[in-house]
Amino acid sequence: MDWELILENGGKALVGTDAVVFALAAIGLNVHFGYTGLVNFGQVAFLAMGAYGVAMGVITFGLSFWLAVFLGLFAAVILAVLLGLPTLRLRSDYLAIVTIAAGEIVRLVLRSASLRSSTGGSDGLQAFADPFFDINPLPTGGTALGPIHLGDGGYGFWIWTFGPNTTWVLIVGWGLVGLTSLMVWALMRSPWGRVVKSIREDEDAVRSLGKNVNWYKMQSLILGGVIGALGGVIFAISRQSVQPDNYSTALTFFAYTALILGGTARIFGPIVGSMLFWSLLSFTDVTLRQAVVNDKIPGDFLTGTRVGIIRFMLVGAGLVLLMVFRPQGIFGDKKEVAIGERG
Amino acid sequence: MLLALLALDLAGAAPAGAQAEGEEPAHSVRGILIDKKQTRERTDDVPVEGAEITVSTAGGEEIGTATSDAEGAWEVEVPGPGRYTVELDPDSLPDGVGVAGDRNELELDVNPNQRRLIQFDLGARTRDVTTTFDRFLQLGFTGIRFGLIIAITAVGLSLIFGTTGLTNFAHGEMVTFGGIMAWYANVDWGLHFIPSVLIAVAAGAGGAAAMEIGVWRKLRRRGVSLLAMMVVSIGLSIVLRYGFQLIFGASPRVYAAYQGQDPIEAGPVNIAPRDLWSIGLIIVVLLAVAFVLQRTKIGKAMRAVSDNRDLAASSGIDVDRVILFVWVLGGGLAALGGVLFALNERISFNSGFGLLLLMFAGITLGGLGTAYGALVGSFIIGLFIQISTLDPFPAVPPNLKNVGALVVLILVLLVRPQGILGRAERVG
Repeated sequence: MDWELILENGGKALVGTDAVVFALAAIGLNVHFGYTGLVNFGQVAFLAMGAYGVAMGVITFGLSFWLAVFLGLFAAVILAVLLGLPTLRLRSDYLAIVTIAAGEIVRLVLRSASLRSSTGGSDGLQAFADPFFDINPLPTGGTALGPIHLGDGGYGFWIWTFGPNTTWVLIVGWGLVGLTSLMVWALMRSPWGRVVKSIREDEDAVRSLGKNVNWYKMQSLILGGVIGALGGVIFAISRQSVQPDNYSTALTFFAYTALILGGTARIFGPIVGSMLFWSLLSFTDVTLRQAVVNDKIPGDFLTGTRVGIIRFMLVGAGLVLLMVFRPQGIFGDKKEVAIGERG
Repeated sequence: MLLALLALDLAGAAPAGAQAEGEEPAHSVRGILIDKKQTRERTDDVPVEGAEITVSTAGGEEIGTATSDAEGAWEVEVPGPGRYTVELDPDSLPDGVGVAGDRNELELDVNPNQRRLIQFDLGARTRDVTTTFDRFLQLGFTGIRFGLIIAITAVGLSLIFGTTGLTNFAHGEMVTFGGIMAWYANVDWGLHFIPSVLIAVAAGAGGAAAMEIGVWRKLRRRGVSLLAMMVVSIGLSIVLRYGFQLIFGASPRVYAAYQGQDPIEAGPVNIAPRDLWSIGLIIVVLLAVAFVLQRTKIGKAMRAVSDNRDLAASSGIDVDRVILFVWVLGGGLAALGGVLFALNERISFNSGFGLLLLMFAGITLGGLGTAYGALVGSFIIGLFIQISTLDPFPAVPPNLKNVGALVVLILVLLVRPQGILGRAERVG
């Protein structure tokens, strides 16, 4: 067993690009689910809007990279309006059904052979993120102060180092996580946030006070969707490619698991949840793979591909157990967990 | 029509006549029409006689027509060098022969003193001899079968929602479970298909009962909210789906029984006998379900719980027992639907999840929580999905046909959120 490898991967996953992307996705879900009580089961569609907005903006429409980022965010706004209009006035089940369907629609349309010329079909699109890496200020060479790497052997601490490009993505990504969290924090302290949280507690009461509940819900759906789309932008940039099958419904529920693990309706809930989620996932993944390689697991049942499948099952089981036994997650307040009280 | 053909024939005879006199035209377009039968063997090639070809200028002015002779050869004289359009009339081709990719109109340049040779790519596969109406009937038949399969799986989902209020996102996995169990019984253990179906249905009903007793009843007792239960059902669905992948593998599989049946030709519609049996079986089962709901005591109790749970409980109905029965019924129906779906298509670990979204579309269209609404809505969705691919009328690309159903779902919610058979409820 290569314990250093397990430690290295587990530590890198704590702050890696997946943690950033899912933190952003989960912050968006927190606005929907945690604060407003909207059951959005199609967050992946918003990520896909951001990611494909950038990729198609640059490659298909020939826009500049930065304009394409705005295209992605704008597409997320449009999607939120399209999904919200028919469902926000109805019971929460309808939003859940329509959003999970929308997530699947988006993926099927993106991978459709009929649209291959613009979306790249099931192969997706590549090579659109160069302008982002062109302004990377980090030099490829540098110094190292003891275990702290500053360009010499990547950037990072001890065995946890990233290449200059990944480090640049991480700096921008965590910067966005910080900015959006700050924004959500400020919004939730504002009168707007109070209305939104009251909608979660008792929609009819808020309506009887003369607030336009559906419009507040719509604003919340748009806000959370755009934050999710930012996650999609980072996802696309970090891989320098978009592929439709990366945007399957499972992604939404990874984000849900991360959010509930950290604690809903808490500023740090989605961030810590996402970091821990990916660290745990990477830890179990590498440990299992190491066990397979070193024949620690008897029989030939567990192969490399099966480890990947087991990972999904663990996430599903984790979601069930969290939901049943600790719906407030690590940070949450049981009184404020929307899902604890409402039927 | 006949006269027109005759006229074309006469017009086509003129250049042929000119050729017979040995004076080859200075400028012409010519070709040989050969049906290659989509094979590499030259001996399979058959010349196509009697096909009509029209040559026009690039501006669309007709210059001349020709009819291919016994060797498939044709030639049309043109006034001089320039750009011309050559059109092969697909209706003049023999039955079963068509132009690949419908490229029956070609543009080409004729150079000075050139007798330009062009080829039309002919083959059997590409020629669709059926009329639009015939295709409509065929798609309609497939749609009826598909709609009934969605309906039989959706009834359970709708009943569970009606009696417990739970939107069960793991219902698709119950469908997959039935399909997979039947595969193991039929292929792995080598049983006949009919006992395999019975095993699958029993396993589906048993599995659903186990879920109700092991998970849902406990959660209800703990007072877990419906929203939380919905998230739990998602988690369960993920565990089950990937559990199936772990055990069953990622690639789709087919049953050993009833493959490659000779279709029955009913007019323009080809029907595999297994589809006919599937349809008959589903109709019988659905009638039985309707009978249970309407005429038996447990059915009445189910409808009572669905209408108002507290009232039902206070009038002496054992709600937990009714809910257990609903799960058993729903699980059995889902498993049967899964088997019949897999019988015609294939079964893989995520078949059920794909169907789940269509079930949702159907249930929403029919009215959330109503058993008959689920039937009607799912049937319409299945039919709609198939017919939406009808070429050339709506012509949704087949790989996007499910998307159309999901778009319908969103539109229904906009216009009539209570569905076809649902009652309008004031929300908020």
